[in-house]
Amino acid sequence: MKQLVNIIAKALVDNPDQVIVTETDEDNKIQLELKVASSDMGKVIGRQGRIAKAIRTVLKASATKEDKHVSLEIVD
Amino acid sequence: MIDKVIGTGRTVEDAVNDGLTQLAVTKEEVEVKIIQEPTAGVLGLFGKKEAIVEVTLLDLYNPEKIAYDFLTEIVEAMDVTCDIETQLEEGVLNIEFSGPRMGILIGRRGQTLDSLQYLTGLVVNKGGESYTRVMLDTENYREKRKKTLENLADKIASKAIRYRKKMILEPMDPYERRIIHSHLQDHAQVYTYSEGEDPYRKVVVMLKDERQ
Repeated sequence: MKQLVNIIAKALVDNPDQVIVTETDEDNKIQLELKVASSDMGKVIGRQGRIAKAIRTVLKASATKEDKHVSLEIVD
Repeated sequence: MIDKVIGTGRTVEDAVNDGLTQLAVTKEEVEVKIIQEPTAGVLGLFGKKEAIVEVTLLDLYNPEKIAYDFLTEIVEAMDVTCDIETQLEEGVLNIEFSGPRMGILIGRRGQTLDSLQYLTGLVVNKGGESYTRVMLDTENYREKRKKTLENLADKIASKAIRYRKKMILEPMDPYERRIIHSHLQDHAQVYTYSEGEDPYRKVVVMLKDERQ
């Protein structure tokens, strides 16, 4: 799951080397935290959070397949 | 997508051409590395070696390759087995997934497919001068969805006529709204418009004779 966020975020931003994803698993819950360069925040959030929403939808599809819940937070 | 091939031939030029044919590209799009110079050999018989070159596709702006690489990584990370086919035609990049469990990539009402399409569009157009529209499909989902929406449009139109009332559909993305609008465009008794702001923008179906 962490890998998936990494791939998407790195493809979207201008500074892929500054993409950091952390994952905490607890039972069926996967919590992901995404950190990018401050100048790249807009690239992973988008207008009205549209990009973030798309990333979450893809994550959810992947998690559902494994019967898990996933949450993604974008931190600065 | 292959981006590096080995070309062989009697001369270096022949070998390069062989590589270009394999990649189906022009000379301007590749970098050539000579691996083996041809030698005529003694009396043209002994020790004769043909030219061998390595032809590598340059990292030019190639939306097909960008999309293919991006989606390949994604489906791998999602542990979904599937083939990805790309086709670029007049600024529209059509991508098709095929495999045994495509439901995962489609999602509820195509949500996952739409998200992947949107993200791929962003990645493909990142920094590019020209805009490439990305269309993602699998198992003919888009066409089926179009039929469903057209049926819905017909149903809503007859409801509007029967109850003489304006009907509001649930929020849809611009692409789906367009299907409804164009399907009811020449309808004798109703007309359509959209209201609200994306992503909650909805199609409204109204009776023509109540326009005044």
